[in-house]
Amino acid sequence: MAKMELRLTGSGGQGVILATIILAEAALSGGKNAVQSQSYGPEARGGMCKAEVIVSDEQIWFTKVQKPTFLLALTQDSLEKYSKGLDRDCLVMADSSLDLPESLKGMKVLQVPILETARDVVGKSFTANIVAVAAINSALCLVPFEVLKESVMHRIPKGTEAINLKALEEGAKLVRS
Amino acid sequence: MSKKVLMQGNEAVVEGAIAAGMRFYAGYPITPSTEIAEQSSVRLPQVGGTFIQMEDEISSMAAVIGAAVTGAKAMTATSGPGFSLKQENIGYACITEIPCVIVDVQRSGPSTGLPTSPSQGDVMQARWGTHGDHPVIAISPASVSECYFLAIRCFNLSEKYRTPVILLMDEIVGHLREGVEIPDHLDIEVVDRRLHTDKGHMPYEADEKGVPGWHLCGIGRYNITGLSHDVSGFPTNSNEVTDKLVRRLMGKIQNNADDIIEVQEEYLDDAETVVLCYGGTTRAAMSAVLEARAAGYKVGMFRPITVWPFPEKRLKEISSGKKVKRIIVAEHNFGQIVLEAERIVKNDCKIDFIGKVDGTVITPGEILEKIKEAE
Amino acid sequence: MPSKLIEKYIREDHLPHIWCPGCGHGILMRDVAEAVSELDLDQEKVFLISGIGCSSRAAGYMDFNTLHTTHGRAIAFAEGVKLARPDLNVLVIAGDGDIAAIGGNHLIHAARRNIDITVVVFNNDIYGMTGGQFSPTTPTGDFATTAPYGNIDRPFDIAKLAEASGATYTARGTAYHAQLTIKLIKEGILHRGFSLIECASVCPTYYGRKNKKGGSVELMTWQKDNCVLSEKAAKMTKEELEGKLVIGKLSETDLPEYTDEYKKIIDKARGYHG
Repeated sequence: MAKMELRLTGSGGQGVILATIILAEAALSGGKNAVQSQSYGPEARGGMCKAEVIVSDEQIWFTKVQKPTFLLALTQDSLEKYSKGLDRDCLVMADSSLDLPESLKGMKVLQVPILETARDVVGKSFTANIVAVAAINSALCLVPFEVLKESVMHRIPKGTEAINLKALEEGAKLVRS
Repeated sequence: MSKKVLMQGNEAVVEGAIAAGMRFYAGYPITPSTEIAEQSSVRLPQVGGTFIQMEDEISSMAAVIGAAVTGAKAMTATSGPGFSLKQENIGYACITEIPCVIVDVQRSGPSTGLPTSPSQGDVMQARWGTHGDHPVIAISPASVSECYFLAIRCFNLSEKYRTPVILLMDEIVGHLREGVEIPDHLDIEVVDRRLHTDKGHMPYEADEKGVPGWHLCGIGRYNITGLSHDVSGFPTNSNEVTDKLVRRLMGKIQNNADDIIEVQEEYLDDAETVVLCYGGTTRAAMSAVLEARAAGYKVGMFRPITVWPFPEKRLKEISSGKKVKRIIVAEHNFGQIVLEAERIVKNDCKIDFIGKVDGTVITPGEILEKIKEAE
Repeated sequence: MPSKLIEKYIREDHLPHIWCPGCGHGILMRDVAEAVSELDLDQEKVFLISGIGCSSRAAGYMDFNTLHTTHGRAIAFAEGVKLARPDLNVLVIAGDGDIAAIGGNHLIHAARRNIDITVVVFNNDIYGMTGGQFSPTTPTGDFATTAPYGNIDRPFDIAKLAEASGATYTARGTAYHAQLTIKLIKEGILHRGFSLIECASVCPTYYGRKNKKGGSVELMTWQKDNCVLSEKAAKMTKEELEGKLVIGKLSETDLPEYTDEYKKIIDKARGYHG
């Protein structure tokens, strides 16, 4: 497997950090090496948030994403900021509600209704990160669904298993792997 | 059976500390070290230990020493501003020879600086932060796995040498998550302070290593003071006794440097250029070194795992070797360890410096560029 | 010939002490020894902690487990000792500057936690060890080396400060009222929770001299003539209490103690119920 550098972006409170933790844990359970890190400002809610996962069969030295092979954007701000300077072969997943900036012309872009699915199909907006995790896993063929499910269950608060499982299943349907 | 689990650096410190026997934690919330307090508050009562959130950084350090005096293995964690506040009591632990561990997850400074951004600006504070001449051990992890194992090492060294030990982390590893292979507890070497078993010993009577034995709390009613003291533990105004005390305190670390110091060396056999780095910077340095070697450059890496005492002897051997033409020091500050390198290397070879103070991490590209510069 | 009390509780080989002739601290230290003696506490189970200042030297002279720490931090060290070894009797001896200025934060928070520590304050209204600067308890208008034109600071009532912060036992004694002070220290030690006994000491060398209030005899005569027991004070008017010092037990309440509460946390975390 080639080294994958995933950058997940959005707004504080959308759970993108947890999403990267789940992906890293799933990759680790799947027998790969993974490192996860994040950068954020003082805001716990709102404000731009960036979290990253690097997945590789080899040992991972530098811990920060340098050339994303995948970008997720859940807000217009984050899409505009982080879509700049991407490599041509980087896969971009943008929420369907967002307008695609010029810089993404000719790039591989998946417009996925992550926020809408969480809000209207799953029924809880806070599950958007889990919907996204499932969609990303399908798009990148990272780990088997069962492995992903296990890491989700390990990391979510007790009592939210059913709704998060639904989010996971709905998210997986959004992208054909 | 060991298992590999995803852990954050800060979290791994707590697990390592508990494996080493930590049963007391006192702290005060501060970014980017707060997860250490949070995790300790969850984990310590589970193992019968005690967590307390104190009213400030100063009292946290005081409570840690108080608990350690009774025999508990105790720890606190902080970041730059809090590390400054703890310094007076760290000096107290040095002169009274109370084992304890202080974690400093460095962040961008000075003052409040960039609280969520990485830095290595406390390296000299770790060495000279408290007033007066005093011994220091400071250890700097470069991975989450090392956060676990070096936390254990910090406790073991603090017990063995009866001295506060600093786990000098940075935001890069503190907030990093990666897999850690947690060993079976039976496979972990845990060192406990040497006890004075018979009553004939004076409390500060040292062994050949310069380390006094430990009197159990509640047996013998001994005195501990931050004043200059003699072997009985009571204050003295004697210049001669004071001289002896300070020399022994410094000596117990200096004279046992070979036991205390650990380094990581990569590709030094044929290296003409050596990248000197420590802590989180190691990750970028190693990436750069591998990339440069793949491109045919004769480059290696030298990393003090033990930052204090600095691996002076080994660096001198490397710099005075015939092949080495240049040492590149990379650190997240305006130049701290580079001063140490210059002092040791002198005219053996050229020293280049990469220092970053903007709150972003040094990238492999920046180091690679420097490696290529001279060729 | 030293008395049996001195022989048992004072480290005679570390005498003479550093205190000036006429200092009230020696009497107060003896009161602490007498209280421990009357309660028949196991000396090995007594941990005495002090900070920095004249009063804090008591730790070196008293034959318990003793910890002479940094300026202002004695209570914080004591909390570490008590939390790690709840079975110990933990005493703190501190001065007014130590506990109400540099260490004020630790006093109010330890009181708030109601941790089972007994604090005996040797209050001489002055920084003695550094040579007579005004302290947080120096009365307004008094003189000190750093208040050459008279002190404009308002003084703290340390006992009241402790009570307001959550201490569940507070009292005041004096160097002159030895029997009462011994009784109050005993009550403080027996009380389960944070207790503070503020003891008015005397400092003839700095406070007395600077304020032309005479030597030790005059300062203690003032204590003899101007103290009012709290029971009696309760029936007096504000005007009648003007210029008087209220002594005796000042407050006592029964509230959960911190190490007892933490024991419950351990049980909960380990999954023990009941």
